[in-house]
Amino acid sequence: MPKLPAPPIPSLLKSPPPRPGESNGAVTPAEEAMEAGVSVVDWIDERTSLSGAARWMMFRKVPKGTNWFYTLGSATMFAFLNQAVTGVFLAMYYRPEANGGAYESVRHITNEVFLGALVRGMHKWGASVMVALVFLHMARTFFFGAYKYPRELNWVIGVALLILTMVMGFTGYLLPFDERAYWATIVGVNINGTGPLIGPYLSDFLRAGPEISAATLTRFYAIHMMIVPGLIAALIGAHLYLVAKLGTTAPPWIKAEKKAQLRRSEA
Amino acid sequence: MNQRQKEEYLREYSILKSEGKPFFPYAVAKDALMACIVMAVIICASLVLGVELGARANPATTSFDPRPDWYFFFLFEILRIVRIPALVQLATIGIPTLCMILLFLLPFYDRGPERRPERRPIATLSAIAVIGAMAYLTINGAEAGSVYSLKIKPPQSVLLAGPKALAEFEAGKKAIAQSGCEACHKIGENGNPGPGPELTHIGARIPAEGIARTIVNPTAPMPSFKGLPAKKFEAIVFFLSHLK
Repeated sequence: MPKLPAPPIPSLLKSPPPRPGESNGAVTPAEEAMEAGVSVVDWIDERTSLSGAARWMMFRKVPKGTNWFYTLGSATMFAFLNQAVTGVFLAMYYRPEANGGAYESVRHITNEVFLGALVRGMHKWGASVMVALVFLHMARTFFFGAYKYPRELNWVIGVALLILTMVMGFTGYLLPFDERAYWATIVGVNINGTGPLIGPYLSDFLRAGPEISAATLTRFYAIHMMIVPGLIAALIGAHLYLVAKLGTTAPPWIKAEKKAQLRRSEA
Repeated sequence: MNQRQKEEYLREYSILKSEGKPFFPYAVAKDALMACIVMAVIICASLVLGVELGARANPATTSFDPRPDWYFFFLFEILRIVRIPALVQLATIGIPTLCMILLFLLPFYDRGPERRPERRPIATLSAIAVIGAMAYLTINGAEAGSVYSLKIKPPQSVLLAGPKALAEFEAGKKAIAQSGCEACHKIGENGNPGPGPELTHIGARIPAEGIARTIVNPTAPMPSFKGLPAKKFEAIVFFLSHLK
């Protein structure tokens, strides 16, 4: 099989070549065991050809001048991963029952479950951090003009992600089913209801009827932990694919140094 | 951008890219450090600021002042400041929908080739104006008062005992609101009338030690609060024993 070119990683991280005389041709079981990881990866790659995609993703070049503002997007994704992981743990204890079960299960998580208050706190404050990071990431994109050609579609996906993040904040707020959750949701749903054309239908859909009831809570629960997270994950995938495909922008004030060779080829 | 400008940009970008460094490990290292900072901030916020659970939702209460999370304060504040009925619908649905559409379509109406913020004065100034407006609305919405407070004035005896006692009283009041006691107890004009007994004058009926004992070892269905931090627990006992 032809060998792929070595990835351009710094010399510090490269493993040293084998010393001559260490292996006398015959493969010992110890050496085979040491190579087990490599053979597994090879086996998978022979059947999936994923290594090309991984190389394309990981060893693409990032333009000159890329600074710390460019970490805001991945930071947002990590905040989302935090929400996903803590959310799964909360879902192990949460019961979406409007007649006291939901409130009681959240009280149980907060007061009795081992590290329950920490995980619930991480989910709650993680939401705030994620919203803040989404806005910061959007501000960076706006001020650097990074939404312009050829990245228009990625901006549109990003706005959809912003709105879905806000939907997560809105639907998650009802789940503890305390006074604050209940009344804030009533106000929110009523605001939706004042919208033109689809407004009343939207608020009927959210409430699952004319009043906030047990069905409203299960509906918000399904939206909060199935529909919207799935959409967000899929859209993050599309967002990342386009980032890798089109490349991240350079800061707008960075200009390319025109090398003599390039200038010659231009002329 | 016309075809020439597009090709110019792509050429310039490909040069910049070829002068750059590979994503792994250079950008990955920065992203990983940022991810660690994000996780540290989230965990610290959870440990320091904690998490609250108010009283159980009661559709019969009418005095509750609804409040969303901070990132909806700007919408909430629009709703609060628009008082003319004819304009409410415009403010609550019209402005956010318009903003959403403008955001979605941004790359389609702003198609100039210039990317430096100081050379796009209209875009930059309008962004700063929007950020300013949202910050103003958010701050105003935040100052509209917290729901995690009971409406109870400290009694004369606490006021006379000095600022330390007053601070302890306020801490107890906050801890009571956070623990959700008003779900089952009426305290002054706050909370529900049952199933628990009214606590408005509890200090006059039961001594402090009795209150502490009841919180640790209550009559069912009230849960035990012996798991509370000692400071919060003492503040709650102090608060309740001064309700006379």
